[in-house]
Amino acid sequence: MKFGVIQFPGSNCDQDAYYAIRDVLEQPVEYIWHQESDVRNYDCVILPGGFSYGDYLRTGAIARFSPVMNAVQEFAERGGLVIGICNGFQILCEAHLLPGALLTNNTLRFRCKYVHLRVENDSSSFTHLCRRGQVLRIPIAHHSGCYYCETETLKELEDNDRILLRYCDKDGNVTEEANPNGSVSNIAGIINAHGNVAGMMPHPERAVEELLGSTDGILILRSIVERLA
Amino acid sequence: MIANGEPGSKTIQNTIPIPPEVYREMGLNDQEYARIVDVLGRHPTYTELGMYAVMWSEHCGYKFSRPILKLFRKYREAIEGSGLENAGIVDIGDGFGIAMKMESHNHPSAVEPFQGAATGVGGILRDIFTMGARPIACMNSLRFGNLDDPRNRYLFEHVVGGIAFYGNCVGVPTVGGEVYFEDCYSGNPLVNVLSVGLLKLEEVAFARACGPGNPVMLVGSRTGRDGIHGATFASVELGPDSESRRPNVQIGDPFTEKCLIEATLEALRTGYIVGIQDMGAAGITCSTCETAAKGGTGMKIDVRKVPLREESMTPYEIMLSESQERMLAIVQKGHEDEVARIFTKWGLNASIIGEVTDDGLVHVYDGQELVAQVPARSLAEEAPTYELDTEEPEYLARVQNYDLSDLPEPDDYNKILLTLLSSPTIASKEWVYEQYDHMVQTNTVVLPGSDAAVLRIRGTKKAIAITTDCNGRYCYLDPYLGAQIAVAEAARNLACSGARPLAVTDCLNFGNPEKPEVFWQFRRCVEGMAEACEFFEAPVISGNVSFYNETPEIAIYPTPVVGMLGLIEDVEKRCTSGFKRQGDIIALISGWTVDDIGKCHFESLGGSEYLKTVHGIVAGRPPALDMNKEKRLHQAILAAIDRQLLSSAHDCSEGGLATTLAEACIMGEVGAQISLSANCGPATALFAETQSRVVVSVPADNLGKLREICEGHQVQITVLGKTAGDKLEIAVNDEPVISVKILELREAWSRSIPEKMHSA
Repeated sequence: MKFGVIQFPGSNCDQDAYYAIRDVLEQPVEYIWHQESDVRNYDCVILPGGFSYGDYLRTGAIARFSPVMNAVQEFAERGGLVIGICNGFQILCEAHLLPGALLTNNTLRFRCKYVHLRVENDSSSFTHLCRRGQVLRIPIAHHSGCYYCETETLKELEDNDRILLRYCDKDGNVTEEANPNGSVSNIAGIINAHGNVAGMMPHPERAVEELLGSTDGILILRSIVERLA
Repeated sequence: MIANGEPGSKTIQNTIPIPPEVYREMGLNDQEYARIVDVLGRHPTYTELGMYAVMWSEHCGYKFSRPILKLFRKYREAIEGSGLENAGIVDIGDGFGIAMKMESHNHPSAVEPFQGAATGVGGILRDIFTMGARPIACMNSLRFGNLDDPRNRYLFEHVVGGIAFYGNCVGVPTVGGEVYFEDCYSGNPLVNVLSVGLLKLEEVAFARACGPGNPVMLVGSRTGRDGIHGATFASVELGPDSESRRPNVQIGDPFTEKCLIEATLEALRTGYIVGIQDMGAAGITCSTCETAAKGGTGMKIDVRKVPLREESMTPYEIMLSESQERMLAIVQKGHEDEVARIFTKWGLNASIIGEVTDDGLVHVYDGQELVAQVPARSLAEEAPTYELDTEEPEYLARVQNYDLSDLPEPDDYNKILLTLLSSPTIASKEWVYEQYDHMVQTNTVVLPGSDAAVLRIRGTKKAIAITTDCNGRYCYLDPYLGAQIAVAEAARNLACSGARPLAVTDCLNFGNPEKPEVFWQFRRCVEGMAEACEFFEAPVISGNVSFYNETPEIAIYPTPVVGMLGLIEDVEKRCTSGFKRQGDIIALISGWTVDDIGKCHFESLGGSEYLKTVHGIVAGRPPALDMNKEKRLHQAILAAIDRQLLSSAHDCSEGGLATTLAEACIMGEVGAQISLSANCGPATALFAETQSRVVVSVPADNLGKLREICEGHQVQITVLGKTAGDKLEIAVNDEPVISVKILELREAWSRSIPEKMHSA
């Protein structure tokens, strides 16, 4: 089993994801330069957080045209596991591998803080080690994390159990106050129809050691490992 | 190497005198112009004049501050020895070093706060990675005027926005800092940014142009017309026409900077870069002449080889442009392609613009034409210095002798405490640090809001702690003592985190140094700081001076900001400031002992936030400091943390003991029952900013051991009460004076800044 972490110019959580996989999960992991055209050697591809190409345009709008994204598309179509974290989620939406879009936070400001997340789907490849309703504590750090989709898409996501995580309070209540960015229906993470492509705004790779304040991110990353094992 | 054909001319001749109004406009006086003529043996060309003007400005040449800065031991040794590097490096063991520097971007931020602050971050980061260090954290120390003024809110909002824009994008966490609000900073905001980087000591890169014949490469962004004469702008007072200086402010591109960080570190690993320097103030001028001067070499460059944003730029503009995200690299001859390939991979320009020579001169060609020919050292190291007059300011005696003995005692201490907690200087800065990515790189183990930020050093058991401190009001009331308190408080903040001080970087912000009163403040502050830094074994290893922080109406308080780095040997033995659980004993550990009462003026409301906020008075003397007692306190706290006896430790500073207790309650979400005995009125007991004190919470079982440690270090420990309930309750001499729910304290503390910013 091997993880690949894509490096777009401007990615800045690539190393954090790499360390989490290598040092905490103790799994093989390599960087994939954005100009690679083949990712078939990997079992799971991570699109990390950051500001690809500076995100001076719409977030992720340029990165989706990086050569590697064609390979990611093929990889996903063949059922390979793909997870986009923060900027990676934004890129996956831009590439239409996931539905919807990520808009500027309703606070109009960047927000970096620990948030609480309620697990909505506990059978996906990315969350099966969690319990439905379990509250995870994982940080966010983004300027454009307000998830938006059309009503029909939202219904489709809900009906097919494709919402992985929702922002909630510490007791698991999904409330407006607990929504840090104005996301539709407090959505923090989703999967595609086939269940092999996930996107989430929170950073599981930042919550993998007691030293950092939480280990809840391990549940997400280890879910992937165990699914691939 | 230089041009396709050999340059037409070998020397510059037949120059004509520059009219005085031209060189004066550039900030040079008649004597300085005469000196240039003397150095060159002829009149300078227009390009040369511009180069001298920026390099001999206070901002680059430290012409006023250098004689005083020699009071800093390391600076003096560097000047007299191997020369200054871009940032100091501290050995933290295990083969690792920490590079650290702080820099101001006050003037640009005053006229264009977003880009001014953003490029401040970019500049300090380049100072760090040009040494081969990966930037692992930023901090900032900010000062603004009163937030009731919309202009100040605008500056505050956009300075924070600019720091967030740049720092978040480059992926370097902004892990903390400080923000103060005082009227004197209205129109004169201070934006001081600090960065630390981690490197292997064997891989330090130097800013030296070595090896004549080696190619000189310009990497990074293209050169444009932005920021021309930015350094000169930083060396004058702000005035009504400062808005017209907006074109002097550079524009930041953090995406390019991020690529530049990665490409530079990758290129340095090849070993083919023999010298490298970032481009900040004075752009190509500064980097060419400084690297040549340090290398004992010369350099010739052709400005037509510089990739430009606008084709029609003149040599003058190209040499003085302060376009951001550029570096000058001196590459081992024959390996240009390997190095260039790395920068190209990251989407950056890498152009050979010249080569190292051995004649000590910087030759600048415009294609065939020689437009400047100047001795590198004359620009880089021989800026004229001045011994300015100093004079004790008149206000000082008046404010210091102000009689505080008749202050009325307030009738509602609860209200006072809530007022202090909502004073923007004391209030929660969450509104600020939530806008900064303070976690990226996953090393931040103590998040913003505690006494110091703590970062683990991957691959070791160690961690570093960083803090910035300076109470400008204290420095206004007593520059020498105020500067010493800034150092003492920084060391105290580190001690409360479990860190032993290692080094200091400073950012010295003052008004116009050509005014004798301002220069007196400057000298006294540096004297105080230099002495305190040596005493606390945290030498000043790098820093920056920012003068002319004044408008026609007002000069800032002398504000010598201290950025202090400390080391924690075992990251598991760290401490934070919030109470942790119900039932812990709360104690005050103080360097002062009962013997000091009555003998020493250590319990005073002078200079306090209470005095200013509640009584509207800025006067008195700052609280006394005894550095020996202060140091013993640090040693006791460090020993207690090392033995893992403490649940929390929080230093007493602005707002006094009551504020310290309230903050520890709020952060820990737990109440406290406190009983104080005092020889003074309750207001003094609660709100005096007496130095050398730390509030700790400790499990009852550890109290005995803690007492032993305190006795061993000759510091006083006084049990104040315990953590309990959901209120902060304080009695002074058995008289209940404070009783407020933690929830209410939290509201006052956390809502203050957001409410002020939203009311706009």
